[in-house]
Amino acid sequence: MNDATQVEAARLERQTDEGAQELRRVEREVVVTGGLWPDEDETTIVNMGPQHPSTHGVLRVMLELEGETVLQLKPVIGYLHTGMEKTGEELTYVQGATNVTRMDYLSPLSNELVWSMAVERLLDVDVPPRAVWMRMLLVELNRMASHLLFQATNGMDIGALSMMIYGWREREEVLRLIETVTGLRMNNNFIRPGGVAADLPDGFDHDVLAVCDLVEKGVSDYESLLNQNPIWIERMVGVGTISREQAIALGASGPILRSTGFEWDLRRAQPYLAYDDVEFDVIYTQNGDCYDRFLIRLYEILESVKIVRQCVAKMPGGDYRVQDRKVTPPPRARIDESMEALIHHFKLFTEGFKVPAGETYVAVESPRGEIGCYLVSDGTGKPARMHIRGPSFYNLQTMAPMAEGSMIADTVAIISSVDPVMGEVDR
Amino acid sequence: MGMEQVSHNFLTGRLEDLVRWARRNSMWPATFGLACCAMEMMATGGAHYDQARFGMEVFRASPRQADLMVVAGRVSQKMAPVLRQVYDQMVEPKWVISMGVCASSGGMFNNYALVQGVDQIVPVDVYVPGCPPGPETLLHGILTLHEQVRSGEILQRRGEGRGAGIQIAQLDGQPVAQPTGVTLSPTAR
Amino acid sequence: MPDDTAREAIHEDDASPDPIGEPAGPTIGDEVAAAVVERFPDAVFHDSHGQAVVYVNAGIWHDVAAFLRDEQQFTQCIDVTVVDHLRDETRLAVEGVAPERFEVVANYLSHPRNRRFRVIAQVSVNEPTVASLVDLYPGVDFAEREVFDLFGIRFDGHPDLTRILMPDDWDGYPLRKDDAPARVPVTFKGSPGPR
Repeated sequence: MNDATQVEAARLERQTDEGAQELRRVEREVVVTGGLWPDEDETTIVNMGPQHPSTHGVLRVMLELEGETVLQLKPVIGYLHTGMEKTGEELTYVQGATNVTRMDYLSPLSNELVWSMAVERLLDVDVPPRAVWMRMLLVELNRMASHLLFQATNGMDIGALSMMIYGWREREEVLRLIETVTGLRMNNNFIRPGGVAADLPDGFDHDVLAVCDLVEKGVSDYESLLNQNPIWIERMVGVGTISREQAIALGASGPILRSTGFEWDLRRAQPYLAYDDVEFDVIYTQNGDCYDRFLIRLYEILESVKIVRQCVAKMPGGDYRVQDRKVTPPPRARIDESMEALIHHFKLFTEGFKVPAGETYVAVESPRGEIGCYLVSDGTGKPARMHIRGPSFYNLQTMAPMAEGSMIADTVAIISSVDPVMGEVDR
Repeated sequence: MGMEQVSHNFLTGRLEDLVRWARRNSMWPATFGLACCAMEMMATGGAHYDQARFGMEVFRASPRQADLMVVAGRVSQKMAPVLRQVYDQMVEPKWVISMGVCASSGGMFNNYALVQGVDQIVPVDVYVPGCPPGPETLLHGILTLHEQVRSGEILQRRGEGRGAGIQIAQLDGQPVAQPTGVTLSPTAR
Repeated sequence: MPDDTAREAIHEDDASPDPIGEPAGPTIGDEVAAAVVERFPDAVFHDSHGQAVVYVNAGIWHDVAAFLRDEQQFTQCIDVTVVDHLRDETRLAVEGVAPERFEVVANYLSHPRNRRFRVIAQVSVNEPTVASLVDLYPGVDFAEREVFDLFGIRFDGHPDLTRILMPDDWDGYPLRKDDAPARVPVTFKGSPGPR
């Protein structure tokens, strides 16, 4: 091997992309010997992504194939790494919600919720009941929107293209509802440490119930369209199976864990907010395949509708945020007449409030599983460390055992049924 | 002119207008969703906002079949070479919409991981503000682009004023492959 | 297909004690923490806002995990992360723990007992190494790679300790406090003139 080939090999090695260690080794041999793929190696390596229609964003998957059978699957991530944990250390606790909400962009309110709950635990602040119920209402609405989106994209990935349109149709209505409360369709920054940003608008009850009816009707449409559809069943049943032991070992949570016959939902197991006071069922199935995960997400929409209805019925009155001027800003009107209110307002939005030194981990159930926030404070107005345990990040690892031995066409169904949100995986 | 033999009705016009009209009315976007904005981009394609009204409902998975790249979301350092490659794979004429503040300027994430503005990598035609921009905003951006296409040159990119005075340098120091008949230099016109 | 009896067996003692330990007095109020401290006498229990935390030496990181998994029914290691305490203004002082710059944090979850537990180890910047937990909890594979990628903490025994989020040829560990945040100065480019 002369110098030129060495240089060439080094150049190619640099050009091959990150994370594909196995692949790179083979490529080096190819470059060095100058030949084709080694004869004894009958497998093909196929790269999917990061720009691929079915990979839900910028997920990249390396597949080792023998014919059309997948021998190995390796997810390669990091294409959406945004450095949010670093940015989070430079933002105050008030601003932090703006940051975390952009991680899991399909359920931003869950992110805000877990962040706010972590900050509140460090502050030892109790949130007034109306804020608790409002949070629950919004998070469940968000869960509906997220699962509706799953129905749309999952349908598109499997080939039921009309699902794409139907899913968006209902999701749009839910988003419009969220917009009337929070002012934004996504990345709401509405749940903040100490409560929520604003009260519910007038006439909200009526709108919510109307949307609930609409979503229920949508779900029954999907049921009749998909549940017994032979093509759908052919593509989904028995595809991407995972056992309960594997799912637990790989750190899976949410619908993936529940699809393996394990009734585990943090809303029920370790209740937060007011989930103790509402009635809902934890949906779980036994087979651990793509079809089960689809069913779980479909019927969780109905459970969320149930919770939302109860929230509307039981919504308590009172404050929607803590009346502690060190944590929440004074009402806008007070700023004009009170010097103190002005100072509080100014301090809160420039320096933020100080949080006593300490550390905590808080977890809630997001549409994708357990989202956790590990928060470390050093007594200043900005966190010393802010770490979000994204459920998709861990769930992604279950793709490898699911895909092993399946056909390459099933990989798309498997990726889709894991429902990863790359913003949360890469943060 | 011998037109007496033509049995059908016909209109006369300029070829340029015809080309612009065709380009404007069948501009196929590439599926290049990155982050939050991708959701809004897909919502724009959904039933309610219905991008099909502008002849744009066909999101092409292959960049070779697409005319428009909507950079929807934050571009990380790791994604930047991929993005550039996808752009290079698109055939001319091609346009880029930078959707959302992250793609346009890095947005709130001014840190080690993000490219501070996709215009450092590819030339951008329209910037759409918002975090994320709603479907209405994106539609406005698309219509703005359509207007540019309608009034633009058909054989040349409009150099001056395009994007933000971008110097395109290939990331690993290789010269930029210039498609024939197209100049990307900001000064040429 | 998993059978129902196994599931019920798992849930058998769901109703068992309060998931989050009560604030400890002079004795350790948390039974898992008490068991850990009994087994590993160097371990220090700390009640962190009602959550049971045990500070251990980095040397027994793997042993504690094995103990929690095999004898205390902790079925998942839900998260592994690191805190860099380089620039802390005040730092949470736990009696009996010699602070180092890095803290490796592992959060455990027990499904059968329906409770959580946290283990923290101090790791110095000169020898940033702890044992990998991948052989016990395969799910921490990505998490440990992420910590390695962003903090440069090495996990002994990890099968594939490579960068996961940053590009392979990236220099430095971006989440360390002394790593430059690589801020790009905000510049305002001249606005394009009228055409």
